[in-house]
Amino acid sequence: MILFDGVTKLYANQERPALDEVSLEIEKGEFVFLVGPSGSGKSTFLRLVLREERPTKGQVWVAGKELNRLSNWKIPALRRQIGTVFQDFRLLPNKTVAENVAFALEVIGKPASHIRKVVPEVLEVVGLEGKEERRPDELSGGEQQRVAIARAFVNRPILLIADEPTGNLDPGTSVGIMKLLDRINQLGTTVVMSTHDQAIVDQMRRRVIELEGGHVVRDQSRGVYGYAR
Amino acid sequence: MRANFVASEVSSGIRRNLTMTMAVVITVAVSLGLFGASMLVRAQVSTMKDFWYDKVEVSIFLCGKGSDTPSCAGGPVTKAQRDQIKADLEFLKPLVDSVYYESQAEAFARFQEQFKNSPIVDNVKPTALPESFRVKLSDPTKYDVVASAFSGRPGIEQVNDQRKILDKFFRLLGGLQLIALLIALSMLVVTVLLIVNTMRVAAFSRRRETSIMRLVGASNFYIQLPFLLEAAVAAGIGAILAVVGLVFVKIIVIDQVLAPSFQFTAFVGWDAVLAIAPLMILVGVGLAAIAAFFTLRKYLRV
Repeated sequence: MILFDGVTKLYANQERPALDEVSLEIEKGEFVFLVGPSGSGKSTFLRLVLREERPTKGQVWVAGKELNRLSNWKIPALRRQIGTVFQDFRLLPNKTVAENVAFALEVIGKPASHIRKVVPEVLEVVGLEGKEERRPDELSGGEQQRVAIARAFVNRPILLIADEPTGNLDPGTSVGIMKLLDRINQLGTTVVMSTHDQAIVDQMRRRVIELEGGHVVRDQSRGVYGYAR
Repeated sequence: MRANFVASEVSSGIRRNLTMTMAVVITVAVSLGLFGASMLVRAQVSTMKDFWYDKVEVSIFLCGKGSDTPSCAGGPVTKAQRDQIKADLEFLKPLVDSVYYESQAEAFARFQEQFKNSPIVDNVKPTALPESFRVKLSDPTKYDVVASAFSGRPGIEQVNDQRKILDKFFRLLGGLQLIALLIALSMLVVTVLLIVNTMRVAAFSRRRETSIMRLVGASNFYIQLPFLLEAAVAAGIGAILAVVGLVFVKIIVIDQVLAPSFQFTAFVGWDAVLAIAPLMILVGVGLAAIAAFFTLRKYLRV
């Protein structure tokens, strides 16, 4: 699903690369935690997968495509296969829950009949039935993140990128979000999630990739957040 | 492509950015109005040229009693000289289209008619006006041929080309048109800059939407289309206002004010307005689209 082959990313005006010769592979259907301190390269990793950045050196393969060779006009097609969830939810405040989810389909030109069918379905999957007409500011943080996950998942992506999805949530709410991401993973979507949340990582017992200073310092299946913490 | 989705995006975008959109509409209207007006002046000049060049004559004034040019040293023109001039003029056909002889009595009658409301008539005697040949040329630009053949000849006081007087007037109109065009062009530059800024503000105020659109894989075209259409709609409305203004100028200023007061000349017809209007709309919408396109390339990249 994702293959990094000797990937280095050096941002302009910086001496130390954000990622340094990183090589790793994530298989289809995996659930992977990306851990490490701030500035360790987690966000850069995710931005490279989304082709928001290009690597300085090396190759990034996503869903069978080498992203360096992907021409600009094909990027939207790549991103339609990838769902994204962020710490700050990124919902549109002036649209209802249902409209926020429908927006993701409208802007890629899906027909209205299709949207009317799948939006209630996905809202049921994330447990927001009955809240379709609410606006984001009428929802709790956990509910807002469920809307964001619904939006990321409504197009049935093969890959879900979650950048600290529980970073703004209390532990109880986070558990609910993790259960939801786990369910999405079981429906066949590969999930890559960056996080600082030790409890969650320890509880889930999934593959853990730890980055530090742009290097992979640990890659463990069924891992925990850290050794001696 | 979901047409009603794009339409609702465009209308909400325009509503959100109403003051800037209005500024674009007004600048487009004013600059295109000036552009159209300068085009109209140009059409007017060419209409007047067609009208007047058809009527202009070369006047060959013959020596009278009081003439003091060297060629009139021999006193008033003699019958033999007059007949010779007429014969020579006839010889210049087909360049000379027609020759009309105006006697002193006829010249005086015309003078009286022209200045009938002026006291000057009472002070002029028939003999003060020269007799003349009025020559109409098949090609009014070849005035020099006639001038070189006749001016300075004994019995001829002066050869006058009415075109020269008209040319001065047309040059004045041409100058006015050029000034209008220059102002219009600088206004169009202002318009482009304003559209660029409006698009920038619009892109900034909708950065949430556009960043989500990019993430979920909307195509560049889909992301930029609402912005392009907004600019085109604003410019289109401005262009329509400018055309309405042009039509008003034609109906009120030309047909109701100028034409009745200046009956001696022709004015531009509706065909000129019909030719200019689409050009104005095309220039307006085209400018907006170009400005928006380059702005969006800069601010709304994938």
